[in-house]
Amino acid sequence: MPKFSLALLDKVQQIIRRYPEGKQKSALLPILHLAQQEFGGWLSPETMDYVASLLGLVPIEVYEVATFYTMFNMTPTGKFVFQICHTGPCCLVGSEKIISYIETKLGIKAGETTPDGLFTLKRVECLASCGTAPVMQLGKKYVEHLTEEKIDSLIEELRTHADFIRK
Amino acid sequence: MKVTIDGIELDVPSGTTILEAARQIDTKSAPPAMCYYSTLKDSGGKCRTCLVKITQSSAQNTRPSMRLVPACRTLVEDGMVVQNNLSEEVLEARKGIVELLLINHPLDCPICDQAGECDLQNLAFEHGASGTDYKEERRRFPVQDIGPDIKLHMNRCILCFRCVYVADQLTPHRCHGVLNRGDASEIGTYIAKAVDSDFSGNMIDVCPVGALTDKTFRFKSRVWFARPMNAHRECTACCGKTVVWLKGDEVLRVTARKDDVGEVKDFICNGCRFQHKKLEDWVIEGPMHVDRHSVISQNHYEQLQGPQDA
Amino acid sequence: MQILLENSSVAGIDQFDVYRQHGGYASVEKMLTMAPNDIVEAVKKSGLRGRGGAGFSTGMKWSFLDQKSGKPKYLVCNADEGEPGTFKDRYFMERLPHRLIEGLIVSSYALGVNTAYIYVRGELSWIITQLEDAIAEAKSHGFLGSKILGSEFSLEIYVHPGAGAYICGEESALLESLEGKRGYPRIKPPFPAIAGLYGCPTVVNNVETLAAVPWIVMHGGEAYAAIGIGKSTGTKLISACGNIRKPGVYEIALGLPVEEFIYSDSYCGGLLEGRTLKALIAGGSSVPILPAHLATTTAAGEPRLMTYESLFEGGFESGTMLGSGGFIVLDDKACIVRNTWNFARFYHHESCGQCSPCREGTGWLEKVLERIEHGHGRTEDIDLLVEIAKKIEGKTICAFGDAAAWPIASAIRHFRDEFIEHVSLAKDHV
Repeated sequence: MPKFSLALLDKVQQIIRRYPEGKQKSALLPILHLAQQEFGGWLSPETMDYVASLLGLVPIEVYEVATFYTMFNMTPTGKFVFQICHTGPCCLVGSEKIISYIETKLGIKAGETTPDGLFTLKRVECLASCGTAPVMQLGKKYVEHLTEEKIDSLIEELRTHADFIRK
Repeated sequence: MKVTIDGIELDVPSGTTILEAARQIDTKSAPPAMCYYSTLKDSGGKCRTCLVKITQSSAQNTRPSMRLVPACRTLVEDGMVVQNNLSEEVLEARKGIVELLLINHPLDCPICDQAGECDLQNLAFEHGASGTDYKEERRRFPVQDIGPDIKLHMNRCILCFRCVYVADQLTPHRCHGVLNRGDASEIGTYIAKAVDSDFSGNMIDVCPVGALTDKTFRFKSRVWFARPMNAHRECTACCGKTVVWLKGDEVLRVTARKDDVGEVKDFICNGCRFQHKKLEDWVIEGPMHVDRHSVISQNHYEQLQGPQDA
Repeated sequence: MQILLENSSVAGIDQFDVYRQHGGYASVEKMLTMAPNDIVEAVKKSGLRGRGGAGFSTGMKWSFLDQKSGKPKYLVCNADEGEPGTFKDRYFMERLPHRLIEGLIVSSYALGVNTAYIYVRGELSWIITQLEDAIAEAKSHGFLGSKILGSEFSLEIYVHPGAGAYICGEESALLESLEGKRGYPRIKPPFPAIAGLYGCPTVVNNVETLAAVPWIVMHGGEAYAAIGIGKSTGTKLISACGNIRKPGVYEIALGLPVEEFIYSDSYCGGLLEGRTLKALIAGGSSVPILPAHLATTTAAGEPRLMTYESLFEGGFESGTMLGSGGFIVLDDKACIVRNTWNFARFYHHESCGQCSPCREGTGWLEKVLERIEHGHGRTEDIDLLVEIAKKIEGKTICAFGDAAAWPIASAIRHFRDEFIEHVSLAKDHV
């Protein structure tokens, strides 16, 4: 069973207090974000059951909500998730090309994870960054004005970073 | 409050919906409702089959509404004028919605236990077009058990949400719901979990299609070969008033009683529904009334009377 | 004309001290000398209209708020920007988080609200942090919290993250989401002004709308109404993207000619070398697409202006809408069919699935367009698309259905030849 640290439990209480008494279900999205970040980058049934218990909800209420929103991963992902926008404005300036470049470079299709578990490639809809397109969301950041060179150095950098963590 | 629906004026109390008012005039010509269910709070508004046209909003505001409105969730105003079957626009819209409800439906009526008592069949017959231009692949989900007694055919589901409201409003802990989004939405428990509350079987009765069916009745008989009889028994959990569906002396299934718009007013417990399948469990009151337009009425059993009774 | 982006390039303007040195929070001091209703009246006089896309009068929306229910009232800021082509709220919040907070304070005071939420799309996590920091700063300086600047007025502002659902930009879906539920639009009536968040009276306003309020408080509604043309008063943030030289966010006084906006170096800077304008989507992906000649002039030959009215000139036949201000320019190399398919896929992906016409219809539209784009189209598919769009439009719970239908109907209306070319070149054409 996953469990938040005391510090995070305190944060959970802080979040719940943003909403009127009895309306703690409002805290569901922020706490699911916290749980996903804390428990391996995805929401396992156990994680969701834990969140349900924190908020006094029945588990199905959490499953219903978690499966509605695309930011919640319902299956494990790679360490780094490339979420490339493939909506109209990004495509007008080459996002499809960038996606196929990454597919070739990593040897995976969109929606898949590299065998070493490092990279997951996802196509996502509009990230509100059409003026700096093509764009990807990587963790909590956006990488904008994507080019093939930028992808090359990004992948290089992340591989080195992962090696560094492993050592 | 005075309201006029298709030229017929009637008085209704404030707080009445257009659909309820239309049903007071005539249940047959009232707008079809696939998701609204008067005994389930918050139901309605989703299927859009009951869309009607308001040609005059009220006595004060004589303007028409901007859009078609769902009759099930729109309250009558004094002096309101509504077009239902008299409006080409409404009939056209309804036809389109029926088509959209059917494009991903498997049309597996020949092997569906609901056939013969299916609201979607009736809707398609009464309001649908004869064909469709849909040529794409249909959406598919695996068939699932939800609980020991209920089969879920998600392919047939029209996402009316009635079963979710039943679980919310009649059972202590809902454990199924609507998962995912858009046309990938599905009814489910997410992780295999039995829906086993004492009133869960009512999900079957409120389901307008063959998405939730009674496993104890599965493939036993076409409904029109069965004889539905009103029956009752002493029950501590529910009202005990049911319909038992007989074939000879065999009780094929037990359902709750439905009113003239096909709604259950007295929900029944799973004990009555699933565990009392012997004729001696029940006091038979007599044949259930079957509308003569229903395929079930082809048994003509209701009219079978001895000369001495006539 | 800079009302919103004034000082946006000042270094450190996202910090309280710098913002304050540049006149920030002055409207909070001024508001305490005014009656709440004076602010509502000023906003009414200003002619300010909702900047999220619908363009409904803000003053009117405010005056609908049920003040007599005895329940708490809420102000919710819609920062769930997600309309393809739109990135103005993100741009604004990154640069001027305090201006949004200031707008929320004066608007809350006007409405008699003591709790406000900012619903930010979850992907913009750094903005959530920025806003939370700004709120903490404002609070430590007495501009937020209990008894603001020693007055009797108290206000708490909380930031609430979304989690990836375009539909939550629809105000009632946003409220459901804020209550921790699936983002399903509510069946209206009742409207949020009567029964919104937690069933209490609620006003939902876009970031840009709220950010305009401090200026109106400082300079008066008349001064705001003096900017712009007719019922399109004030300034508007336009996020320009697509095949132009200078994509970005520009603040314009409403009434600027579309042609000037596209070609002037002060704005889009024209198209890339050697390219020509083919089509314009003037207000985010949901509005009808216009071919080049109707983009810069109306069907009657008048210059097309960046106003709610001028863009709509010609109605659905030959006009479009200002919408959210997501200005997408397509040049002669862009494929209209591909772009239309792309948007259809977007709407299919983002349909919440609650009501049947949208749930079923958006998927059908995408599948047909995908076939056409990939060389499996049939001539009859073109009219079929128009028919499907009609089955959805006006039949759904919220405006999403219309938003999914309009781009397709308008693309076929104006670029039918291109669709015909696609199906006639189809791989399995017979």
